[in-house]
Amino acid sequence: MATAADIARQAETREIRGRWLLSAPALVIIALASIGPLAIVLVYSFLAPGSYGDVIWEFSPDAWLSVFLKRDIFDNTLSFADAHLSIFWRSLRLSFLTTLIALLLGFPTAYFIATRSARTREIWLFLITIPFWTNLLIRTFAIQELIRNEGIVNNLLIKIGVIGEPIQMMFTDFAILLGMAYVYFPLMVLPLYASMEKIDFRLVEAGYDLYATRWHVLRHVIVPLTRPGIIAGSILVFIPTLGAYVTPRVLGGGRNLMLGNLIELQFGQGRNWPLGAALSMTMLAIVLLALMVYVRVATRSGGQNHG
Amino acid sequence: MADKGSFDVRHQSGFPIVALICFFLLYLPIGALVVYAFNAGASVAIWEGFSLRWFTIAWNNEQVLEAAWRSLRIATSAAFIATAAATMAALATTRTRPYRGLNAKYAFLNMPLMVPEIVVSVALLIFFSRIKLATGYTGLGYLVAAHAAFCIPFAYLPIRARLEMTDLSLETAAADLYATKWQAFRWITLALLWPGILAGLMLAFVISLDDVVITEFVKSAGQDTLPTYMLGQLRRNVTPEMNAISTVFLLISVGIVTLFFIVSRKRN
Repeated sequence: MATAADIARQAETREIRGRWLLSAPALVIIALASIGPLAIVLVYSFLAPGSYGDVIWEFSPDAWLSVFLKRDIFDNTLSFADAHLSIFWRSLRLSFLTTLIALLLGFPTAYFIATRSARTREIWLFLITIPFWTNLLIRTFAIQELIRNEGIVNNLLIKIGVIGEPIQMMFTDFAILLGMAYVYFPLMVLPLYASMEKIDFRLVEAGYDLYATRWHVLRHVIVPLTRPGIIAGSILVFIPTLGAYVTPRVLGGGRNLMLGNLIELQFGQGRNWPLGAALSMTMLAIVLLALMVYVRVATRSGGQNHG
Repeated sequence: MADKGSFDVRHQSGFPIVALICFFLLYLPIGALVVYAFNAGASVAIWEGFSLRWFTIAWNNEQVLEAAWRSLRIATSAAFIATAAATMAALATTRTRPYRGLNAKYAFLNMPLMVPEIVVSVALLIFFSRIKLATGYTGLGYLVAAHAAFCIPFAYLPIRARLEMTDLSLETAAADLYATKWQAFRWITLALLWPGILAGLMLAFVISLDDVVITEFVKSAGQDTLPTYMLGQLRRNVTPEMNAISTVFLLISVGIVTLFFIVSRKRN
């Protein structure tokens, strides 16, 4: 005979099954149209390229080798693939710099919002969120109109006589950096604000009571308390900038590629799908690594704050 | 610290100035873009007087209209599908004791937010080109499915947040009053959940409308949405027509987001 415990367990199993069924549509859509196909990319990265794109179904490690190495067509020796490595390096450098700029500017901005009165705070927050929700392409396009040779900034500078010739800003690393910092700035401010909002300002007051200077209070009280926000904001900016495609394509032009554009190239003119697949997986690995670091650091600093 | 009376512990010198400059710089490019949409001349940098001609030109541009209409259709279908799926998923993952796979489920539902768009785009390009070849179907279904997938996390978050705030006891009370399970769901849970669902729907719609990268890779020939059409045009010599299109686009996004703010403020 079924005991009460059995019946309860059965009811629970039924409930959990119901819950799986209820979440099935979302899981299936994501599996089919977002995350699942990543497995195919992994498989493709181990195949040989077809001459007109796509792949030939035979195993080949060449794609992975050519992510970092290149084979000399004459004597078959291997050397570092300078072109790829320099794009990797550029992507990492630009992403890092973008994150740094966003942090340096985002910190005072978030602090400013967090120290407003409750009423005005919402308005400032709203002002940060609006650009975040407007189309990324349009915001990139807006930067392009400012910095083109015949753009607004150059026009203005020539008109007031500061320069005679327009300054070339488009199609440089500066343009990409400016565009990415502009586009991803709100992603830095929002988590920073979330941390700062929770700051107990009695701690700051205690610091001043102990004759700390403003700089000391900032350095030893406010910054440590904002640590989770700093980490979250940095990761939130770093990940999309590393994967950026639109901003470098529009502002960087054909020469100043980033990783995203290099990947696209393999599926377009490059006609080397396996290499594109291998590069995609490399990018994914870097992003996952960044996320893992984030989770580790976030849980550790979270524990510290409560301890 | 001589002036103890007005000493503000929250103040950090220089911060307000930096913040205000940042706000100014945040709106300067968008502002300039909107202003030059009303330029009478063909330049996007030299002001030649006020005119609505570029709006008229954009309005009469067959390609623009077609792309805009396609964008709207995709965003509407994707937002509804994503919101329905996300609502069910939120109901299945909240207000429960932890069960096996619950954390994995959370992680999976949010994964489209973490994987770089370009990587997903490449994956979908390969996967869908296989399916296109196998089935012969080349319609908008692929774009709708891809958009629905990356919209799910955006719809899921506000709905889940709302669910976690609702009071379970109301459902129990309904059951005590002999409401059937469905009645309790329809009149209590759904009624309380409504602002969250609406917020999720709006976010999903805006996110879908804005997408460039995944659409660029997944679309078949002649399936430009407004953003991919614009991306194609940016290569050419840009006229204020692009500003006019952008301005209308901005207006729609800002309108929806403002509405979202109003709806989500109501819940407090």
